Amino acid sequence: MKLKVLRYLLPVVTMATVSLYALKADVNVVPDADNAGLKLPDGFGALKVADIAAKARHLTVTPQGDIYVKLAKPKDGKGVIILHEGSDGRAQITGGFGNYGGTGIYIKNGYLYASSNTEIFRYKLNDKNEVINQAEPERIVMGLKAGRQHETKSLVLDNVGNIYVNIGSPLSACQVQDRGYHSPGIPGCPLLDSAGGMWEFKADKLNQTYKDGIRYATGLRNIVGLDWNQQDNQLFVMQHGRDNLNSSWPELYDTKQSAELPAECMYALKKGDNAGFPFMYYDEIQHKKIQGPEYGGDGKKEADPKYLDPVAAYPGHMAPNGLLFYTGKMFPEKYRNGAFIAFHGSWNRAPEPQKGYCVVFQPFKDGKPAGDWEVFADNFSGSAQKTAAGRADHRPCGLAQGSDGSLYVTDDSKGFIYRIIYTKK
Amino acid sequence: MLYISMKIKLTIALLFAFGLSQLHAQTKPAVKAHSKTPAVSASSIANGQKVYTQYCLSCHQVDGGGVPNMNPPLSKTSYVNGDKTRLIKVVLNGFMQPVEIDGESYSNNMPPHNFLKDQEIADVLTYIRNSFKNKGTAITVAQVKKTRASAKK
Repeated sequence: MKLKVLRYLLPVVTMATVSLYALKADVNVVPDADNAGLKLPDGFGALKVADIAAKARHLTVTPQGDIYVKLAKPKDGKGVIILHEGSDGRAQITGGFGNYGGTGIYIKNGYLYASSNTEIFRYKLNDKNEVINQAEPERIVMGLKAGRQHETKSLVLDNVGNIYVNIGSPLSACQVQDRGYHSPGIPGCPLLDSAGGMWEFKADKLNQTYKDGIRYATGLRNIVGLDWNQQDNQLFVMQHGRDNLNSSWPELYDTKQSAELPAECMYALKKGDNAGFPFMYYDEIQHKKIQGPEYGGDGKKEADPKYLDPVAAYPGHMAPNGLLFYTGKMFPEKYRNGAFIAFHGSWNRAPEPQKGYCVVFQPFKDGKPAGDWEVFADNFSGSAQKTAAGRADHRPCGLAQGSDGSLYVTDDSKGFIYRIIYTKK
Repeated sequence: MLYISMKIKLTIALLFAFGLSQLHAQTKPAVKAHSKTPAVSASSIANGQKVYTQYCLSCHQVDGGGVPNMNPPLSKTSYVNGDKTRLIKVVLNGFMQPVEIDGESYSNNMPPHNFLKDQEIADVLTYIRNSFKNKGTAITVAQVKKTRASAKK
């Protein structure tokens, strides 16, 4: 009898607790019957947290159950959308702010950091991780270059007050004629002075420009997915490799080689590193750094060994847009401190079948990739045929970890927000 | 072989005439149909497809649908079905400025394809204007030649 009363009272009490203290209650979070359309390893389930019908890029989730999502383009004048999760894990939009599109968003030490394609802002949070003054952020960095492509500014912070931001190369391979047929490389690729790398700025200093920052690492074509590895206390990034090997250099690369090459690379960066773009690319079939065809390469000639080696390599053009080191307790031990990578999905593999549209797990041991990567969450596209045709229903982009260890994934095609949970006891 | 090709020509010509008569009916008598409309030839389509596969497909894709946010679709857009000179110029000069099509923006740079011969450009444009659900008139070698010459001035 008493138990029965408790059973009915508990949800009421829980809801009251949620509204009073804005704490997250996970008691009723169960996967959707169809796992929100995803294919997952045994023991995992997924639910659709929300459908925000906007290009949802990176996201961050607070312990209080608020979700901040950065939109590629503002919707109704709001470039950051706020959602609040109910006790069943489904979230409603509760607001938004910031009239600028972009990709980067990150919470650290009482501030929410968000980027447009040329600036970085930060917003003070209260003790419930709510933005105090949505209309008046502090502008941390301004005047960053943004080309028509690779214009987004992904960001992450370290533990000593620095912010790291990607400034992508406005050209695919630094050719005189971007993506051009037989177009040679621009000598020395001078754009690397202000793009094609990771820049470091102070997280708390206002209105910084290039002269206040440090080119932390160069020779990186475009980074979208990145994370700070707490075990190594080191910046890890995922590079989008160059395109058009076959269409620019058909006598050196057939369409099959052009689909596989170059690798999408994971780099562990230290200050001063040079990953070699655009003078070389990494060939994951030969396991070699190869000189770029625009800079005297022929598909075989090895690059100068001075360039940084990737710590892991993945098939070409899959577009790694999200990277997250998993530190939660919810998933089984093997996932702890390993990396999840959201592959947005390819286009430059055509006429070969397209690939990606999935979240991959890369096992790590002692802070280094160890063992083969595996597809973790699949079928964002809707079917194998849709993946092959590149006509995906959903495209995974941003990754975030909930305070309970759930894995959140955004979709910048339709605007779904997924939450993947481990359900096996 | 000859018979087949003639049959295709005839079919295309008939289809085209039908499409034109529909257009005519929709727009009412104010607009007079051009008397000098270039016919779409089967050889132009076949050759155009070859050019498309080699130089266009890796970005605009097998189905001509392009890539969201990056490479514009070729299906039913005014760029493909509208002003022929503008379309020829896209191939000759490439396309590197911001563009919005049906509310979506596309960011990839298209390089100039001025290395293609007049015939190849005419054929590939005739092909895309008659593929991917498009039904358009042919682009002629003369039109390409003229546009190329005026661009050089």
